[in-house]
Amino acid sequence: MEGFEPTIIAFVCNWCTYTAADLAGTSRLGYPANVRLIRVMCTGMVDPKYVIKAFLEGADAVLVSGCHPGDCHYINGNYKARRRIKLLKEILPQFGFDDERLRLTWIGASDGIQFAETIRKMVTQMKILGPNEAKLKIVI
Amino acid sequence: MKTAKIKVKDGDLLATLREFFRSILQLEDISAILVPQHLPMKNVVMPTLVTDPEQLNGIDPLAPAFPINSAKIVSRLTRKPMGQKVAVVLRPCEIRAFIELVKLKQGRTEEVVLVGIDCLGAYKNLDYTQIVGEQETEFTSRFYRNVLSGKEIAENGFDLNPACKACEHPVPDGADILIGLFGVDTNHSLMIQARTLNGEDLYRNLNLSHAEEPPERTAAVASLIAERTAYRDKMFAETSEVTNSVEKLNIYLANCINCYNCRVACPVCYCKECVFVTDVFNHEPIQYLRWANRKGIIKMPTDTVFYHITRLAHMSTACVGCGQCSNACPNNIPVMELFRTVSFQTQKGFEYEPGKSIEDEPPLSVFREDELADVVGIGK
Repeated sequence: MEGFEPTIIAFVCNWCTYTAADLAGTSRLGYPANVRLIRVMCTGMVDPKYVIKAFLEGADAVLVSGCHPGDCHYINGNYKARRRIKLLKEILPQFGFDDERLRLTWIGASDGIQFAETIRKMVTQMKILGPNEAKLKIVI
Repeated sequence: MKTAKIKVKDGDLLATLREFFRSILQLEDISAILVPQHLPMKNVVMPTLVTDPEQLNGIDPLAPAFPINSAKIVSRLTRKPMGQKVAVVLRPCEIRAFIELVKLKQGRTEEVVLVGIDCLGAYKNLDYTQIVGEQETEFTSRFYRNVLSGKEIAENGFDLNPACKACEHPVPDGADILIGLFGVDTNHSLMIQARTLNGEDLYRNLNLSHAEEPPERTAAVASLIAERTAYRDKMFAETSEVTNSVEKLNIYLANCINCYNCRVACPVCYCKECVFVTDVFNHEPIQYLRWANRKGIIKMPTDTVFYHITRLAHMSTACVGCGQCSNACPNNIPVMELFRTVSFQTQKGFEYEPGKSIEDEPPLSVFREDELADVVGIGK
């Protein structure tokens, strides 16, 4: 698809990755505008259905990003998120969603550079992979 | 593990089972027995809770009828202490579902004795009512004789429920008391086995004559499982082929009307208030127009594919493959085939076998600090 600009939905936790995104902004680090940030209090509250809904509505990639292991503001929310991402990575590829479209990362509050780099990399990857099939079909 | 055999008179398994259940019900510490029975008022087989030993005349646990996964009923009976003990006669998939429910705190094993019978399978609900006719116990006798002698069991063009044909758990491994049919000379005897301490307590009071497990049994069970596994794997491949893209999945589920019958019939979908009946999915009216505007057309009702994938995310690690979801579908969507195919992967991913043991923790209820490193990161 020519001029394809992927849409990335990113669920970012308030305490780490959202703060990192904020830091990237205040540090004037540039990153592509393809990402739509959804701030959540903790990655542990990202129910699989939000991720599924995002894909069915045409998101090309979903990023769930929170605190490094051991750093969770709520002690263990990120471990729960990791199990759920594992579950989704078993289910979604069976329906043709490429495994690469769903990512989980740990980006700490001081990692503004890493946040910008992650988004840049994901956009590049999605441009190579092409659009999510659900974007083009009647799916709901 | 203690093993005994009980005599079968005139090859009549139902009469033998009736007497065996009566002897269980007459035990001092057993207050009631839950067992499938022909209802006196209508020609259907349903689970019945019996306290009077004289009310066991219509029992028919071998009928190829499976109207409900009774794990849900046993969960209702055991969710709080009642101070009395109940014996429950279940199919292997019902026992496995009950074990899942116990782990999800929806039932208790303390006041129940699980009596499992080697499972001969069942027809789909609608098929059974069509083919059973008036002589329901004779139909059952013909059915078990055919199955146990390895004869063709398709009846009037109706074949067994695909869930049963694909079931690799015909033996109720999780039962306290197992009633064995496979590899047993059922014209003359049935095998009774106490498989747990709970089962042994009951076994001791029944004064059964000790016997060895028939040597043929292991091979008979293994060959049955091999046959079922082959059918199952073929089913997985075929289902995967027609659902491996979003578009194909849409076609597969196109008839779905969001009645949620599959969820109601599912023994392991235990939430009292499912998220799909909450206001979360009671969208703003304008939202539907927004969706329609995006592509010019949307299917109504919306959220059907979404519902099924979400349900898979919620319960697939606990799916025991009983097939009640397909039984419940008013539009004949092969729900079981899809759910079993996907669940096989999720269960493998977490190395979890639902219903196997009360000790294995459900994968989404636990987490470890140091695990699953392979799902983190954004690759190269």
